[in-house]
Amino acid sequence: MTALRIRSCGPATTVQDAGRTGYLRFGVSESGPMDWARHALANRMAGNDPGTAAVEVGPGGVEVEAAGGPVLVAVAGPGAEVASPDGPLPAPCTIVLTPGARLAVRQRSAGMWAYLAVAGGVVRPAVLGSRATNAVTGLGGAPLRTGDELAVGHAPAPADEGAVGYLDPVADSDAPVSVIPGPQAHLFSAAELEAFVATPWRVSERVDRMGVRLDGGSQGCAGGHDIVSDGIALGSVQIPGDGLPTVLTADRQPTGGYPKIATVARADLPALVQRRPGQRIRFAWTTVEAAAARLLACRRALARPVRAVVERPDTARLLAANLVDGVVDALA
Amino acid sequence: MTLVPTLRDAGECALVAEFGDRIDPEVADGVLAFDRAVRAAELPGLRETVPTYRSLMLHYDPGVVSRAELAEALGAIDPEAVAATPPKRWRVPVCLDREHAEDLGLVCEALGIGLDEAVAALLGSELRLTMYGFAPGFAYLGGLDRRLAIPRRATPRPRMPAGSLLIAGGQASLASVAMPTGWYVVGRTPVAMFDPDGRPMVPFEVGDRLQLEPVDAAAFERLAKEGARPEPEDDMGPGSRPGSSPGCGRDEDQKQISLIPDRRAVGGAEPGPTPDRKPRA
Repeated sequence: MTALRIRSCGPATTVQDAGRTGYLRFGVSESGPMDWARHALANRMAGNDPGTAAVEVGPGGVEVEAAGGPVLVAVAGPGAEVASPDGPLPAPCTIVLTPGARLAVRQRSAGMWAYLAVAGGVVRPAVLGSRATNAVTGLGGAPLRTGDELAVGHAPAPADEGAVGYLDPVADSDAPVSVIPGPQAHLFSAAELEAFVATPWRVSERVDRMGVRLDGGSQGCAGGHDIVSDGIALGSVQIPGDGLPTVLTADRQPTGGYPKIATVARADLPALVQRRPGQRIRFAWTTVEAAAARLLACRRALARPVRAVVERPDTARLLAANLVDGVVDALA
Repeated sequence: MTLVPTLRDAGECALVAEFGDRIDPEVADGVLAFDRAVRAAELPGLRETVPTYRSLMLHYDPGVVSRAELAEALGAIDPEAVAATPPKRWRVPVCLDREHAEDLGLVCEALGIGLDEAVAALLGSELRLTMYGFAPGFAYLGGLDRRLAIPRRATPRPRMPAGSLLIAGGQASLASVAMPTGWYVVGRTPVAMFDPDGRPMVPFEVGDRLQLEPVDAAAFERLAKEGARPEPEDDMGPGSRPGSSPGCGRDEDQKQISLIPDRRAVGGAEPGPTPDRKPRA
């Protein structure tokens, strides 16, 4: 059976598919990837449907090893550095790992979350229709640990054309993050709404899969900081009593009782979650219609990943040649 | 009376149909009626709905349905199109012995009422499941006797076990997970509030009425061990066993706290529209 072994692994690395649908009304969080666009990109590069289960690599990085057969691996994520049998490669890229071959993903200088997809997808029992991990409730399993082995689904035998680079269609700039006025925007005064987009917010140290806490200012709410609970959408920006906004992400609770001033546009959610603690965030208002148009454009761009040239050092080619033995073993 | 919701955007993939901004049974009924009708309509692009005390969140895919199209479709929804089935009534075994009701003494002291009065108020409350939230199967309950209205703790108490019956802020809840809490622990149920492999995975539906039924510590342990399921008070569907069942808890005023070891489906607690509800003539 083809598998990926986790050789080493930092915290907060999990298996994620598109998330759980249909159970929010029972208090079950959606989960799914922090950066939906790179998750979809990695899957598309691997030849999978965009919502296929893949490894979400947390800031600590991961090293994997192919076992049982050759595996086509795709890596995406801003700032992700890939150490492969072919030498260092920039993400997004794909490479075929022969049994015993290892690949490491790190985000040393930029980015928070990278995605490692395998052709055929990561296969594990679905819980409530999903293979997504919710580390808070334990649904779908626990975060990955060194020594774990992930079964890989059936996929056509990969043609080994070496490492293949791709373009990342998602922009990572310092541009303001687009937000739509939230379901409680009416509880904020005009001056408070203005202050929200004028404040140079900063990503705090308090970041996990439930949410990204910001600091660098204090957001007032004329209507008070307690509301009767209602639903929480992905990317909701809630304002608790201390005035520090929290952007609610994949593992968020389905309902909550703080006023939500804004919702981050899906197309800009990747840029937000990929910023590291200490990095600045500015918001800019947009409309539902404009955000929907950008989301659909983003989905179209991700549906057909575009290849790019990868520069590979010659020494790496030599190292890669040694791995042929592994393939022979696997086929024997 | 039909309440007309205000539509509010929660991004480009979710709408909130808001029926009010306070906790009110009439508002909650409006939410549930709208939810029933919306789900029965099977609107294209609508992924799922989430009822709360006062609003219905509608998650949609703007690649399938635009905001304007969805708003128009929602405007055409007749909340009375799908007749409300009477809420299910359940007797829920709860142990109020001190070891399972750690904070009941504190509550009595703070409210200046006797233990007997507090217990009577708890058992006399007609609780209504207003929403799930916070954690899988964590049930918020309205209808708590007003004599038990106590503010939240200033600082959270240490971790309490799953199944704890909690009160604070004039509400009650049944905790599906062990956690520290700002609420007071006044009892504990042996009923599993969430089982991802169960059918249904939660014992109650939003809108159901819950009557607490006292059991002693020994019965609690036995029920917990044997996997207690709550007993419907009425509206027992075909195939359900009336009256006694093997391994009954105990008799009390003709009522029984039953063990129902097989996981029979209880009235459409699964997601998705309930197909067997007929439109009102």
